[in-house]
Amino acid sequence: MAGLVAGIDVGGTFTDLVIVDPATGAVRLAKVPTTLPNQAPGVLSALEEAGADLADIDLIVHGTTTTTNAVLERTLAKTGLITTLGFRDVLELGRRTRPHAYGMHGVFVPIIPRDLRLEVPERMDARGSVLMPLDEAAVRKAALRLRDVGCESVVIHFLHAYANPAHERRAADIVAEVWPNQHITMGHALLSESREYERGVTAAVNASVQPLLERYVSRLADQLAARGYAHDLLVMNGNGGMVSARSVSKEAVKTVMSGPASGVMAAVATGRRAGMTNLLTYDMGGTSTDVAMIKGGQAPVSNEIEVEYAMPIHVPMVDVRTVGAGGGSIARLDAAGMLRVGPESAGSSPGPVCYGRGGTRVTISDANLLLGRLPAARFGQAAEAARAAMAEQIATPLGLSVEQAAEAVVRIANIHMAGAIRMVSISMGADPRDFALFAFGGAGPLHAVALARELAVPTVLIPARPGITNALGCVVADLRQDFVRTVNRPLDTVDIDTVQAIFAEQDAEGRRLIGAEKIRLAAVRTEFSVDMQFVGQTHLLRVALPDGTPSRDDLQRLFEATYHDRFRVTLPTIKANLVNLNVSVIGERPEMDLSALIDRSGRKATAVAGTSRPVWFDGWVDTPVYWRDHLPLNLDLSGPAIIEQMDTTIVIDPGCRVSSDPDGNLIVQVPHA
Amino acid sequence: MLDPVTLAVIQAGLQQVCDEMDLTFSRAAFSPVIAEADDRSDGIYSAEDGSLIAQGSKGLPVFVGVMQFSTRTIVERIRNGLTAAPEPGDIYIVNDPYLGGTHLMDVRFAMPVWRDGAIYCWLSNTGHWPDTGGMVPGGFSASAISAEQEGLRIPPVKLFKKGVLDTEIWQIICSNIRVSDQRIGDVQAQASALLIGAERLAVMLDRYGDATVTEAIAEMRVRAAQQMRAMIGLIADGSYSATAIVDSDGVVNEPLKIAVTVSKTAGGLTFDFSKSSPPCMGPMNSVRATTLSSVYLAMRHIFPDVPISAGAFEPLAVIGIEGTFLDARYPRPVSGCAAEVSQRIAEAVFAALVQAIPDRVTAAPAGTSGNFGLGGHDPDSGQDYVMYQISGGGYGGNADHDGLSNGCSTIGISKAPPVEIMEQKFPVLYRHYALHEGSGGAGTHRGGFGLDYEIELLRGQARASFVMDHGRTGPLGGQGGQDGGVNRVEVIRGGETFVPPHLSKAQDIVLAPGDRVRVRTPGGGGFGDPLLRDPALVAEDVRLGRYTAAQARALWNWPG
Repeated sequence: MAGLVAGIDVGGTFTDLVIVDPATGAVRLAKVPTTLPNQAPGVLSALEEAGADLADIDLIVHGTTTTTNAVLERTLAKTGLITTLGFRDVLELGRRTRPHAYGMHGVFVPIIPRDLRLEVPERMDARGSVLMPLDEAAVRKAALRLRDVGCESVVIHFLHAYANPAHERRAADIVAEVWPNQHITMGHALLSESREYERGVTAAVNASVQPLLERYVSRLADQLAARGYAHDLLVMNGNGGMVSARSVSKEAVKTVMSGPASGVMAAVATGRRAGMTNLLTYDMGGTSTDVAMIKGGQAPVSNEIEVEYAMPIHVPMVDVRTVGAGGGSIARLDAAGMLRVGPESAGSSPGPVCYGRGGTRVTISDANLLLGRLPAARFGQAAEAARAAMAEQIATPLGLSVEQAAEAVVRIANIHMAGAIRMVSISMGADPRDFALFAFGGAGPLHAVALARELAVPTVLIPARPGITNALGCVVADLRQDFVRTVNRPLDTVDIDTVQAIFAEQDAEGRRLIGAEKIRLAAVRTEFSVDMQFVGQTHLLRVALPDGTPSRDDLQRLFEATYHDRFRVTLPTIKANLVNLNVSVIGERPEMDLSALIDRSGRKATAVAGTSRPVWFDGWVDTPVYWRDHLPLNLDLSGPAIIEQMDTTIVIDPGCRVSSDPDGNLIVQVPHA
Repeated sequence: MLDPVTLAVIQAGLQQVCDEMDLTFSRAAFSPVIAEADDRSDGIYSAEDGSLIAQGSKGLPVFVGVMQFSTRTIVERIRNGLTAAPEPGDIYIVNDPYLGGTHLMDVRFAMPVWRDGAIYCWLSNTGHWPDTGGMVPGGFSASAISAEQEGLRIPPVKLFKKGVLDTEIWQIICSNIRVSDQRIGDVQAQASALLIGAERLAVMLDRYGDATVTEAIAEMRVRAAQQMRAMIGLIADGSYSATAIVDSDGVVNEPLKIAVTVSKTAGGLTFDFSKSSPPCMGPMNSVRATTLSSVYLAMRHIFPDVPISAGAFEPLAVIGIEGTFLDARYPRPVSGCAAEVSQRIAEAVFAALVQAIPDRVTAAPAGTSGNFGLGGHDPDSGQDYVMYQISGGGYGGNADHDGLSNGCSTIGISKAPPVEIMEQKFPVLYRHYALHEGSGGAGTHRGGFGLDYEIELLRGQARASFVMDHGRTGPLGGQGGQDGGVNRVEVIRGGETFVPPHLSKAQDIVLAPGDRVRVRTPGGGGFGDPLLRDPALVAEDVRLGRYTAAQARALWNWPG
């Protein structure tokens, strides 16, 4: 046995592993506790638990939250900044915002502290002409000073370097002469577009996570090699593609949002096999819910993601939006006795009351338990505590029964989540009714059907293994290289030959980089698009192109069509502006057979409920409870039903029908009045 | 009696309708001021008297509660026959400040929602248009002395009749505003937001039934009032006074006073502004609607949990504004009301209530929009340009922490334009863009820092104008904290430094290439006795160059 492919995803609580044998489709799974801060022991023990011989594995793809955690917890490498005279405070001033629209409280800690931000004389103008030559002696002095105070990494970030990077390049050469390692980040290299704060933060985050990621992946690669793994370790990027561990830390910032991206890639692959290419992914966890919109089988990619308040990371990443509601969201009555759910969360510690870890405030999970949607047996004594808390905090003050109160909590939570999902779809110019809901994560399948009702979404897809979706995303991910080039000129003044030349050059560069990885590919394809707007606008509209050789008329026509499609408006008198040229080169891996993700043994010929329990659907209904692994492969079942599996519970409302497909996905048809 | 679940569900649903209107408006809008700066707002208003039912949470804060005044005016004028009665598909336009408005640039649309041939409620929105005519591009004059100088004033008229744009009214508007060719994009966006709202609202009404939703709306109003009263219950009985100073009206170089006494009464809070200055000659007057919504805005910042609805405002009585510059009448100029005076009204409210609930209220934030306009001709492009640099400042220290640096104005939530974009578009060079060192007001928790920037004109001639504030006095400290640093404007012409006589306001200062403008925006007020500040934090601020050692010694008695 050889040629195995392994995907390993490190989540907040668990490290998940999927090993697939592409020849036979055989699958092995493992789930072990995540180890922090060093995630490597968890990764190794997952491989051990699966009983895998590393010599048989051809490819390991790893999704890690090493950089995510470092940014959110500010456990960053000591990093210095060398920047243009007069502009060292850009990283502290931000874009003049505040954390919340209402409320004058809030704090912001810049990524690099003021004493490690040094200025050197140099200046370009907006066209890239030198106004003040680079003071090379000052660069050398700054580098030595940062080195001597113990900086491990350094950023060189000059104004207008996107227009002319000569000063940044020269400064990097000078710094390299005295810097003890490779951790030198140039602002323009990651993001060659204007906006000094966004470019500077992107570079600063890159620099300050780079040494951490480098240490982590190189040690892990060594440990894997010592256990017999003979190939490259690949690491998931936030763009939904993967990249070799040897080069990943050069652009370490691209891994910051890789966790949610791999879930979306798994949804793309699962949906494609199931014949569903328009999906809303819905990943509900303990504190928050991630939502993404897949159109035409393509993961949405954005260059403008903010990972937290005033922390923009502007490199191409899968566009996953976070909604502040999860199983731990707290339900309460406000000062006027109105029921509210969230945004406050009990998180995983102390967690919901029913976890029995000291949580005292009722949450969405507690409500699910009290409605019979979660199995009471799993919670023991704490279930009673949840009942008492619901009675005291919600039911009695509102004059409701405990069940009515719990139902209200779930209903309000669903309305908020549905509203947030609607806002995400509207902002992307789509109607949620044209999509199927792809539900995963621990709590996603619990709410998915009710949420689909609220959104008037007709179909819910629950994958075979909702709890390991991110690890699956690692297994199915493609290689991917993204390029963005800013033009920012009225279309009628653009030199179209130059546009085509840039497309061709970036296409070739992407193919070269992908060709250099020793990974078996089915095909290499390139996607071309432009970001355009009408002159005078600030929002950009992404326009997909059929190829890399568009004429000026093509660009005008496709832009107008896309604009009309989105806003139902034509504006013939206003000129169009060409802002960005985007190229994505994708090395497609051979399609994986996912049908072995479900266990075929132990299947019964017809759906037979193991037990039943009362579940609240506008009143108690004795509801059959099925064990998912026992369901027949050609399932056809009507709600109400509860379907349990190892890591999640699926609620099927009365009136819905469930079927299954060859990969073991459950397809729920949700009727709408 | 409506069950509590349905009530909560309908409340969330109405909020969602408003949020979708906000989003639609911004995404489709043309002007950066709406599309990027979100200088717009959408809401649902009662058919009876235009009172606010629900408002989008993504609206610009300055518009809290404000459209209920213009909607009420429309409803009343229709009733009195002053404005033509609506038919399905009609959308009214209005921007008259004296008819429940703000400044002329805030243009409102209002549309009835019809059910069974009767008006169920109104939808209304406001968008800040980049220009509505008048003596200066963009409308922010520092020297107008009458409304006519400020731009085109539109009474409530139907811009859309039975769903069709009235091209005759539209042509009159276009002939009176600058860059009119792009406005049609904003008008379509503003109207389509209302149409989307009506569509979504109809779905809700069909689902729950008109009568149930009506009952829920009435109950929501009662609950919002209860909630505001419960919050007011945190305030100890008594009266709390504070005075905010506006540098000048831009024409007469005398300070204007916003004096408020907040008293807790059985029914709620009374805000008495009667000791404030009389109406002024220059454009720093406020109109009634703006003054009221500024008080609401301040309360919303203090109690962000209370939903924005007419009920929440019921316990808040604003009195004594008649005869002051906070209730100006035609033809007093008012272009400074929404961007400047509103923030200073909020500052007075903060400064009064920080005495009562110091754990909830911060010392005063910078409280000016810092509007610097530069208009000129760029010989390279051969075109005229108007540039605006709007700046933030430090926020107030508070019971929990130091104030935020370079925060957005109290009334806004937009992002500042990047230096690189400004230099691409305009013939200017920023010589620095930095923390306004030393500007955070001293306190146990100090204020945040303002911004310090300097712009050099590279080519052609230009004229600089300023509509800012806090040049005479800094943002007020709270609970023994000191005031934040003042706003400073310097114009360096031919090597000589010139400070405008009104400090923060000036119009049409002629600049030649090489001339420079330096602006330092205010720091936030400090909170609590400076001598109680942890000396290690003072030392850290000195080490980071935020204060000089001499400043730290003077302000904190620092021994270093």
